[in-house]
Amino acid sequence: MALSGTVDRVDAEPEEDAQRLATEARDRVRFEEDALALSDQVYRVARHLANSREDAEELVQETYARAFRSWRQFTPGTNLRAWLLRILTNLNIDRGRRQQRAPQMQPLEANDYFLYDRLAENGGGVSDEQRVVERLSQDDIVSALSAVPHDFRDVLVLVDLGDFSYADAAQILDIPVGTVMSRLHRGRRILKRELAEAATEEET
Amino acid sequence: MKDPCAHCEEMMQPYLDHVLTDEEMAAAEAHLAGCEPCQRRYRFEESLRIYVRKAATEEMRPELREKLSALRIPLE
Repeated sequence: MALSGTVDRVDAEPEEDAQRLATEARDRVRFEEDALALSDQVYRVARHLANSREDAEELVQETYARAFRSWRQFTPGTNLRAWLLRILTNLNIDRGRRQQRAPQMQPLEANDYFLYDRLAENGGGVSDEQRVVERLSQDDIVSALSAVPHDFRDVLVLVDLGDFSYADAAQILDIPVGTVMSRLHRGRRILKRELAEAATEEET
Repeated sequence: MKDPCAHCEEMMQPYLDHVLTDEEMAAAEAHLAGCEPCQRRYRFEESLRIYVRKAATEEMRPELREKLSALRIPLE
């Protein structure tokens, strides 16, 4: 009796082990597939957190390599896109990719309607606001974004391009929600100032 | 009493972020409905957001997609 009991127990362990491993493998495959399905969205945000396409591609690869290694730290049912972006922004900070394009003074902020006033006035009273916006080129916008200092740009890109809530952005960047709001506010104004400058340069 | 257009300017970004309370939102909409200059600015701010997002969207290259798939850890 005792003997067969022992044998049973010994037999049961590898079976449980195999079951556990199979479940884990299934969970891991699912995690990897879910993460890969988000890669387009992750890249779109990464592209403007980094200063160039090359930096962004490297950053996304490092992010996925780390995510696949530490997948067990992800809590299923929570926001996987935010979890990936948290890895990515940490890597971006750690790897010293935060240098500005060129050393520059903190840009002056514009009044909130500054850009509109500037574009509308130079456009000779264009009445259609959509047309006014279209006076900015895609290059203007991409380079204006990259001119926003990183602390402000991180928040701006996560919220305005990545559609993250203030709370998600706060968690991703590990800063208080109030800081997200104030950086977002300043970041948007800095962006507008840069855009107004680009528009003015084209006039002349 | 504060200048209503200055107040509207303050509310504009939070309004576009959908973070105003119902009460604040109703007040902002009431002002916008009767103020042509603020309406124009609102349309501009809204268009700008959409336009910036569109202009900033750069799709990832297929090579990167393949590299990411290759990073998956093979099953033993």
